[in-house]
Amino acid sequence: MPRWAITLISLAVLIGAWEFFGRDINPVFGSYPSAIAVAFVELVRTGQLGAALYESLRPFVVGYGLAIMVGVPLGLIIGRFRVVEAALGIYVTAGYAMPLVALVPLLILWLGLGFAVKASVVFLMSLFPICINTWLGVTAVPKSLIEVGRAFVAPDSVILRRIVLPATLPYIMAGIRLAVGRAVVAMVIAEFFTTISGLGAIIINSANNFDTATMFVPIVVLMVLAIGLNGLIGWVEHRVAPWQAEIAGRDE
Amino acid sequence: MGSVELIDVSKTFMLRVDGAQQTVRALENLSFSVSDGEIVALIGPSGCGKTTALRIAMGLDAASGGKVAVDGVTVIGCGHDRGMVFQHAELLPWLTALENVMFGLEMKGMRGAQLRETAQRYLALVGLQDSGNRRPYQLSGGMQQRVGIARALAIDPKVLLMDEPFGALDAQTRETMQAELIDIHARTGKTILFVTHDLDEAVLLADRVVVMQHGAVQEIMNVPLPRPRGDLEALRGSAAFTETRYRLWRAINATDH
Ligand SMILES: Nc1ncnc2c1ncn2[C@@H]1O[C@H](COP(=O)(O)OP(=O)(O)OP(=O)(O)O)[C@@H](O)[C@H]1O
Ligand SMILES: [Mg+2]
Repeated sequence: MPRWAITLISLAVLIGAWEFFGRDINPVFGSYPSAIAVAFVELVRTGQLGAALYESLRPFVVGYGLAIMVGVPLGLIIGRFRVVEAALGIYVTAGYAMPLVALVPLLILWLGLGFAVKASVVFLMSLFPICINTWLGVTAVPKSLIEVGRAFVAPDSVILRRIVLPATLPYIMAGIRLAVGRAVVAMVIAEFFTTISGLGAIIINSANNFDTATMFVPIVVLMVLAIGLNGLIGWVEHRVAPWQAEIAGRDE
Repeated sequence: MGSVELIDVSKTFMLRVDGAQQTVRALENLSFSVSDGEIVALIGPSGCGKTTALRIAMGLDAASGGKVAVDGVTVIGCGHDRGMVFQHAELLPWLTALENVMFGLEMKGMRGAQLRETAQRYLALVGLQDSGNRRPYQLSGGMQQRVGIARALAIDPKVLLMDEPFGALDAQTRETMQAELIDIHARTGKTILFVTHDLDEAVLLADRVVVMQHGAVQEIMNVPLPRPRGDLEALRGSAAFTETRYRLWRAINATDH
């Protein structure tokens, strides 16, 4: 059976069960797929969902994109150079565990309530898993491959770019994937705690109105978004590292 | 030109085993030389320091004492005057066979059309002109090893250093590769130092065999077989081969006590 078919069956079973049991629950305490679908159509029709999505995605894309652009090189350098690892490694490890929600008020003081603070929250949440994974990947590069570079008198910068980077790519992609989830969470947190906006605003407003079905719409949209991004990243990974799938010993 | 001399080379490894500091004396005043155009085999029991000697000759490891000279000049670190063929090929998995050969050339500063042409020429030299666009995982072990040899040869080093280059191959492929190496040597006249566990291989390919024991030279044996050695098969049947192989076997077994 093809993989997508298995996924589809799994989805159908879950949604079916939710629909079946969800109907018996008081609509304030829970909701069910068909009610959420109705709310979804309504939100799309009024244009609210599209606008909110756009508003949410802007800081998301900027923060997440910056996290990749900063996290990957930073992880490469930390993993490659002992001095940098000794100097910066602890901050990255600590940063990963940082209770970001608690820092949001401080960020607001620095950056205000608008776009900048939201992008920063997304950036800070996704930076560390990307950086740590890259760092980990670098330390796992076989010494023998580095020695190929050394044997042919490659300068350090070339070894980093042409041997360490491609060898680390699977780890980097894993980090970028892990960061998707954290970035989505960060985006909603930012919208809750700064200017209430975007998808987060729909969640809060409908929750305040006890409109649970509508509240579920952005949540589902966000999860679908994360799945879509994950798939996109997997596709990119396949394009940039086609050898990886061939060497990996996974059964199809 | 392309002579290599190892002069009183020593190597001590420090390692920690269960918290206790240990020193391993891998090489102790190892001295031997390979003259220009010569093929020398390094043979000896496991752990006697063959790989260590080769890595120091290449410059991948630093000697604790002594020195390595290429054409009389002491070398520090790796250089384009030496080309290394690794035991397990060590091709870069994300590059095609051709790109792997090109990598070494690029590091030597070659650019442009010449780069691809030269790499293609060396792939052809090892009989892989038609597999240039394959990635390492799409090549057999023997083909990978040949790409590794092409990569090392392409930078036109004075000396080729090879660590058990055919050790991981099946007997038949190994014989093909040995013939190929003899052929390449006849055409390029490269100085070659290679490590092997295989007595036949040492006698067939080398002009001299350095027998090592406990990080030092136990004996250096001449191989009185004529060059060029076009027909390895006939050579295997010759009395001179059998006799030399027996002498070498005796030399190695004498070290085992
Ligand atoms: N990086 C290292 N750290 C510590 N000890 C090492 C290291 N490399 C080699 N040694 C030790 O040095 C000695 C020589 O090792 P080497 O790999 O040169 O042997 P070898 O002759 O190539 O053996 P083999 O035929 O099994 O490949 C061994 O005792 C080994 O344990
Ligand atoms: Mg060895």
